[in-house]
Amino acid sequence: METTNKTLYTITIFSENTVGLLNQVTIIFTRRGLNIETLSVSASALEGIHKFTITTFSDRETIVKIVKQIDKRVDIIKAYYNTNEDLVYQEIALYKLSTPKLLSLGSIEDIIRRYNARILDMTEVWVVLEKTGHYEETQALFKELSEKIGVLQFIRSGRVAITKSKVERLSDMLAAMEAKLNRTSHN
Amino acid sequence: MTGSKALLEALLHEGVDTIFGYPGGQAIPIYDSLYDYKDKLKHILVRHEQGATHAAQGYARVSGKVGVTVVTSGPGIANTITGIADAMMDSTPIVVIAGQIPANMLGSDAFQELDVIGVTQPISKWAYQVRNAGEIAWAVARAFYIASTGRPGPVVLDITRNAQVSMVDYQPHTVDHIRSYIPIPDMEPENMAEAARLINEAKKPLALVGQGVILGNAESELLAFLRKADIPAASTILGLSALPSDEPLNIGLLGMHGNIAPNLKTNECDVLIAIGMRFDDRVTGDLTKYAKQAKIIHFDIDPAEIDKNVKANVRVLGDAKVTLREIAQLLKENDHTAWREEFKSPWEREIQSVIRHELYPESGQLTMGEVVHKVSEATGHQAILVTDVGQNQMAGVRYFRFSHTRSVVTSGGLGTMGFGLPAAIGAKFGAPGRTVCLFVGDGGLQMTIQELGTIMQSNVDIKIILLNNQYLGMVRQWQELFWHERYSETEMNNPDFVQIAAAYRIPGRVVEVREELDTAIREMLDTPGAYLLEARVDPRGMVYPMVPAGAEITNILVGG
Repeated sequence: METTNKTLYTITIFSENTVGLLNQVTIIFTRRGLNIETLSVSASALEGIHKFTITTFSDRETIVKIVKQIDKRVDIIKAYYNTNEDLVYQEIALYKLSTPKLLSLGSIEDIIRRYNARILDMTEVWVVLEKTGHYEETQALFKELSEKIGVLQFIRSGRVAITKSKVERLSDMLAAMEAKLNRTSHN
Repeated sequence: MTGSKALLEALLHEGVDTIFGYPGGQAIPIYDSLYDYKDKLKHILVRHEQGATHAAQGYARVSGKVGVTVVTSGPGIANTITGIADAMMDSTPIVVIAGQIPANMLGSDAFQELDVIGVTQPISKWAYQVRNAGEIAWAVARAFYIASTGRPGPVVLDITRNAQVSMVDYQPHTVDHIRSYIPIPDMEPENMAEAARLINEAKKPLALVGQGVILGNAESELLAFLRKADIPAASTILGLSALPSDEPLNIGLLGMHGNIAPNLKTNECDVLIAIGMRFDDRVTGDLTKYAKQAKIIHFDIDPAEIDKNVKANVRVLGDAKVTLREIAQLLKENDHTAWREEFKSPWEREIQSVIRHELYPESGQLTMGEVVHKVSEATGHQAILVTDVGQNQMAGVRYFRFSHTRSVVTSGGLGTMGFGLPAAIGAKFGAPGRTVCLFVGDGGLQMTIQELGTIMQSNVDIKIILLNNQYLGMVRQWQELFWHERYSETEMNNPDFVQIAAAYRIPGRVVEVREELDTAIREMLDTPGAYLLEARVDPRGMVYPMVPAGAEITNILVGG
């Protein structure tokens, strides 16, 4: 992967919730040969509007162009990009482990406390741990568990992020768009 | 009424009068309804769906209206892909309507099913699948609004069969805004003031005119802008005819086969004013050596074009018709006679090294340039130029002359061979009162030659000038110049084109010798209806000047 000298950018997109929207977004990455590192899509705080959070390694010039191309799609309401410094962000990871092996460690409490993880579910055969954090943090727990007892299954979510700076809220933006529309329709 | 009938009503509501199409299984309900609308909607039956899209493009480009294509599912819509991609690259407003298998069968690999949305999303401005009749009025209104506003482009509507046949209470629908879509970005007054300041201080300003001027109906605003500040202007091939050829401030054509003067002066001007153009690589050559000495002002309606290829010092977002007018008010009247005089010597160089023997050869075989030049003259420079792609295209755009806007139909961005013949058909329907002259090569003509059938069936009056050099000439030119004269697969063993045309009841003739050229052109123009003039031109003919691909724009070959 060509990530040297490249920065991890987080692209946030607000869109209408229409069929094929994800394809409209990903084809813009495909054209420029960019890998999507993480992707998370869900309903936003506003009904009918979806929010995408996408991370990708790139340079600033390319990101600016990509965000403009995304923003240009008819069904996209707004797209912007940030770097990690601008964001409060989080990922969630689940780890399925063998219960006997976990117990054999003798120090479940130690691992849970050190990693601020928690047990979601448990049977005599398996146990599922959950940890939230940055990639490095969820990865560190994965590494330690892999080395000590092995991990039966592992899944990590895409990033979710909130900007630190005061950004225009989408609802304000929509209101401004409405106002503009009313102005132009009077012309 | 049925969904199909609602579709036709919705098209009429958008002002549609002409449809280019081809029926098929999943479009039969639409065609059945069309049977009752013959007096209101003219349907032109093409011979291949690609031709339907190019015809819609030709129609749109000369008329300024949205071109419409109707095709069936699966292979029908698959055959339109080239036209949709071409319209996307050249910002041409067309709406492509395709029948689709019934909604309840989608995803089952049913007969003639194609994932139309998945296939067309990357090459269209908007693609939408209509799955019930109730959506038709809304979807059509939205499609036309999106295709025609802002930076125009192709829209695809994929209409499932059940939506065509089920009943709906049709109500006309109008779309005048979409909340997620900003067709015209807000103007930025500070930038416009800054642009005016730069232009007012410029000693050597140069304007680059793109198709945005034509799409924005900003031709007269452009002329007033240029005249007030006395700015010489050059065109991209899609920007041609925005300024009349005989306008003194029009100093020619940009790019790979453009005129020497504007290409050279691009790297000498102090302020470069790009208006509705996108700095295509065929215009700029090597970007690292492009206009580095100049301050760059970029007018565009599409914010994604700003800084895409060339970094702008000042961006002027908005509708060129408005931004040109407003900035012109801030311009002082100026006189750049000395600067404009500087274009004369490179122009003289081009006339001596290229144009003179291309347009006025005294011996040897016919040249492409002299045929184009004579046809243009014989039409009083009033005709619409349609070209295919390759040498015929470059000879066409270099030597045809224009008196009116919207007089050039050519595939600029995608460079689609086979575009010419169907695009010329569409252009005739878009501008029935004007003469349409198509210049096409022997290669490109054979890519869509079946559209001669459309010409026959619909009595389309276009003048086809076949520049036959028995080669895929532009590739041959590259092979000669850059590939050691290894003419790999570019020589054509051609049929008798005049006989083929005759089989479609299209009159025509061959012209081989210079002495007969004028008479042959006269005969073509005087013959009512379509005509094929096959000009046998020099197989070794080259289009000069030429800037090699990727070279600095001032690195100009002139041959000889």
